Amino acid sequence: MGIAVTGAAVRPNKRDYSLIGRDSRLAVENGLAAAEWYHTDVPRKQMKELMKRSDGPAIRDTAIWIAAFVVSAAGGIWFWGTWWCVPFFFAYGVLYGSSSDSRWHECGHGTAFRTQWMNDAVYQVACFMIMRNPVTWRWSHTRHHTDTVIVGRDPEIAVMRPSDLARLVLNFVGILDAWHAMADMARNAAGVIGAEEATFIPESERPKAIRVARIWLAIYLATVALALALHSWLPLMLVGLPRLYGAWHMVLTGLLQHGGLADNVIDHRLNSRTVYMNPVSRFVYWNMNYHVEHHMFPMVPYHALPKLHDLIKHDLPAPCPSIWAGYREMIPAFLRQLRYEDYYLRRELPPTAKPYREELHQDDRMLAAAE
Amino acid sequence: MSEWIEACGADDIDEEDVIRFDHAGHTFAIYRSPDDEYFATDGLCTHEQVHLSGGLVMDDIIECPKHNGRFNYKTGEAKGAPVCVNLKTYPVKIEGGKVLIQVG
Repeated sequence: MGIAVTGAAVRPNKRDYSLIGRDSRLAVENGLAAAEWYHTDVPRKQMKELMKRSDGPAIRDTAIWIAAFVVSAAGGIWFWGTWWCVPFFFAYGVLYGSSSDSRWHECGHGTAFRTQWMNDAVYQVACFMIMRNPVTWRWSHTRHHTDTVIVGRDPEIAVMRPSDLARLVLNFVGILDAWHAMADMARNAAGVIGAEEATFIPESERPKAIRVARIWLAIYLATVALALALHSWLPLMLVGLPRLYGAWHMVLTGLLQHGGLADNVIDHRLNSRTVYMNPVSRFVYWNMNYHVEHHMFPMVPYHALPKLHDLIKHDLPAPCPSIWAGYREMIPAFLRQLRYEDYYLRRELPPTAKPYREELHQDDRMLAAAE
Repeated sequence: MSEWIEACGADDIDEEDVIRFDHAGHTFAIYRSPDDEYFATDGLCTHEQVHLSGGLVMDDIIECPKHNGRFNYKTGEAKGAPVCVNLKTYPVKIEGGKVLIQVG
């Protein structure tokens, strides 16, 4: 096994993504855990304006969201048994299995609404739909922001190296994710918190995770019982299965967040990707296509991210102009990582940007350029 | 032994805002509420030691800029995950247009 050098750090080539494994220990030893990350300079007055909370945009979007749920579910039920139900379930599935990801995310940060109970209410509903325990995943996402794409520290690395392409494809229909989510739910409902979960969930919070898992298990059992009683798949088409048939948009957009970019760096410009997207995807995704901006300033609500982007884009790599363009650069990188795990896409900065701190990432630049 | 130390000018902080103040190797956060009252707490979030001065003041809440953990800056109370440990607060008084905090 060869050795790659990261900054002043030394690490074996083969990555260990376990949160309790070798790379977790190395990340701490090498100063990559809870490190000081790069931030673009933004005057305090402007940042305060951007961070300002408001209920208006999220209430408007949530009203549209709920109305879309009601219409698509009603159409699906009404036309059940005919082909006419397909477009309704197509829309319902994306709302349930994809838009719940962004609602989970924004309301988990507490930035979508100014009123905290509104954030909490949407967060709980979205967590159920996306099958993420609201306690576990709040803490997991906290770690993701502390140690973004730091191997052995970040529990939310979607594409590990070398890429498991079969897993990526299967996740477009949510199969593996949902399977793991169900296993986690059953384990938590049995009162067990896993060893990796225990690395980021404080002890005082664990009973809450167990309580939620038990409530969810009861809801799923009731849904299955109803389906059996009615001799119909319809209850499961409305609860549970949309996490599979509607997951594709979440995966389509989610892989772009960090896929193919650098790991083990402490500058979000190197490990995150901003992508310009169509308005429908931006509604479903709640503007998380501005992903560098979100990671650099997680206090800024989703509705202010376009403004933040305009303010700091001089200091960021050029955004991908479309989802298609993002995949055109990302898929070849995944394929190359199959043969050469250390390869990644290095984001070039415009002349107006502050340069990367090369003393931290110099060897990675060479790896990016290497064949 | 506690002592009153000058932290900043009262006008150095905008309404509903916070600034950082360092003294004797310790960092503090000094707040001016929307009601034009002044408060002081430890300057670092109890979750991951991030400077709260980069955060957002809303009413009586300070939100940490890194993980959005929320504290009541008047009482120091942690308002929920990911912050679980309260912030230490310090007495504040205004004298001659200066903000003084009691430390020690």
